[in-house]
Amino acid sequence: MDYVRPLIGIIDAVGGRVGLDDYESHGGYDAARRAVTEMAPSDVIDLVKDANLRGRGGAGFPTGMKWSFVPQGPEVGLKYLVCNADEMEPGTFKDRYLITYNPHVLVEGMIIGAHAIGAEQGYVFLRGEYHEPGAELERAIADAYAKGLLGQGIFGTETNFDLRIHRSGGRYICGEETALLNALEGKRAQPRQKPPFPPASGAWGRPTIVNNVETFCNVPGIVRNGAEWYHDLGATDDAGTKLYGVSGRVNKPGLWELPIGTTVREIIDEHAGGMQDGYKLRGFLPGGASTDFLVEEHLDLAMDYGTIQAAGSRMGTGTMIIMDDSICPVDMCRNLEHFFAQESCGFCTPCREGLPWVESLLIDILEGRGEEGDLDILARNAQFIGGPTNTFCLHAPGAMEPLQSALKYFREDFEHYIQHGTRAPAPG
Amino acid sequence: MTQAARQPVESFVQVLSDEEIDEIEHECAHLPDRQSAAIDAMMIVQKRRGWISDESLAAIARLLGMSVEALDSVATFYNLIFRQPVGRHVVMVCDSVSCYVMGADGLRTRIEEHLGIRTGETTEDDRFTLLPIVCLGACDRAPTLMIDEELIGPVDADNLEAVFSRFE
Ligand SMILES: Cc1cc2nc3c(=O)[nH]c(=O)nc-3n(C[C@H](O)[C@H](O)[C@H](O)COP(=O)(O)O)c2cc1C
Ligand code: SF4
Ligand code: FES
Repeated sequence: MDYVRPLIGIIDAVGGRVGLDDYESHGGYDAARRAVTEMAPSDVIDLVKDANLRGRGGAGFPTGMKWSFVPQGPEVGLKYLVCNADEMEPGTFKDRYLITYNPHVLVEGMIIGAHAIGAEQGYVFLRGEYHEPGAELERAIADAYAKGLLGQGIFGTETNFDLRIHRSGGRYICGEETALLNALEGKRAQPRQKPPFPPASGAWGRPTIVNNVETFCNVPGIVRNGAEWYHDLGATDDAGTKLYGVSGRVNKPGLWELPIGTTVREIIDEHAGGMQDGYKLRGFLPGGASTDFLVEEHLDLAMDYGTIQAAGSRMGTGTMIIMDDSICPVDMCRNLEHFFAQESCGFCTPCREGLPWVESLLIDILEGRGEEGDLDILARNAQFIGGPTNTFCLHAPGAMEPLQSALKYFREDFEHYIQHGTRAPAPG
Repeated sequence: MTQAARQPVESFVQVLSDEEIDEIEHECAHLPDRQSAAIDAMMIVQKRRGWISDESLAAIARLLGMSVEALDSVATFYNLIFRQPVGRHVVMVCDSVSCYVMGADGLRTRIEEHLGIRTGETTEDDRFTLLPIVCLGACDRAPTLMIDEELIGPVDADNLEAVFSRFE
């Protein structure tokens, strides 16, 4: 089946990385030109609201609404527009692809966003390890400057927009938007107290909008084709397309732009080519390491925000990780909690002390030192550390999502370890 | 205390090359205040020297008008800023969940055997430093690793010579 793919369809059309000429010959920057020369900022915000674009960075916050929180008017002064290209959520590989293969759609989305909120300075907060994507983005920005699409007086108007790349020093917590702002200011990436929220007071104390790469990439299509067109792209109540990815033991791990709300089964079986011979699916993390496990009974669910949440997880980044039957769920939790313990920023106690403690209890269980009652301790701690108001940011609650769901769906694997000190025989 | 650290305060900046100073100043010019360039400045110096020595740290701190302690607290927060010398090539093996599912733990052991060092160490000939790294954003190519600026994946644990021989 052929889908409309406003984000990455052009990559196939030009047969690879999309340069400025390719992009423009497919109508690129027409939307930014129209927004900047013909639309009032409030019209752009209303359009993005009507389109029901929701943030693709994991939380799904409505983008137009977020933009509307920014104070407007000549007295407000400096504002910033920031793209979150930190992409460190394990299992997530969508923003790298967008930036490498179609960087201009991001630049164009940011120009439109800057016009909407009245920001004259933009930053792309880029993962330090993204050398190749960084080189492509740098070239795209330079080409856009050379053509007068960025800089002073863009599209022959009074509008200015400068765009620069900040390369991260590397820590998962930099992706949390207030920690990201501290990192952008050259500080330790500790999350900030909220409120004030960034639209009121963000980078250097100025009104700031932070959006994910994929979120910005959706904006040019919306401006070009309208809110109704965007609604119709979705398969369910959510609007637009989504970059879905699958990693693990499937035949064709990869990334596809599909109608938002495509079923999990279609993504895994049709697009990812199904499970490799000799492996069965036991569970999956639907949208990165910080989302709850789901299992076979959830395969026919639509991958959209509401449906996956109703099933007890989150769509997150939309890039799913398959746990096949050769993988021990207890050991997979150890791997996940190692990541979260290591990446805690260390500011609050439940996260700084609790996550390493959870990891070490999992190691005890895996090494045959588990005791009766350990699972209750794990479950209680998952609740305590994961309580949304017990820690300063959502890192710790995110860390507990895979663990609490593993305790629910794979409890017998944990129990077998505790009773026998060894791994449970593979199911089926 | 090292040689450079005993020199008068004014000459700290001279630890840095003119080129490094120019590049750092260029960053500063685009930011609301000089301290905001802290991470960029360390990355600029590390790109040329491989790591951030105490001398480099002190010189950067002075150039940016920060205390050495404040800059070091930033330096030590970040994974990619090295406060210890590294080999000519830095090998970072992804240990996050998708690579784990595709055999990253076994791969790391094989790499440790191949290079004759443990994770966190540098080979005796200073050729490779082996470090863990979190998800490299290429999970569809798991298991992955990065050598210097090059992403490699999927890595074939049975053919590690082919992976490493290109890096002298
Ligand atoms: C621990 C943590 C890590 C995060 N990492 C990222 C990230 O790498 N990229 C991203 O876009 N959002 C990340 N987020 C979400 C951001 O805080 C923020 O919600 C997002 O950038 C907003 O953009 P959106 O509304 O366009 O999704 C993270 C959140 C948390 C709590
Ligand atoms: S929850 Fe963890 S990452 Fe977030 S502020 Fe507290 S210690 Fe830092
Ligand atoms: S988990 Fe290794 S590249 Fe993503």
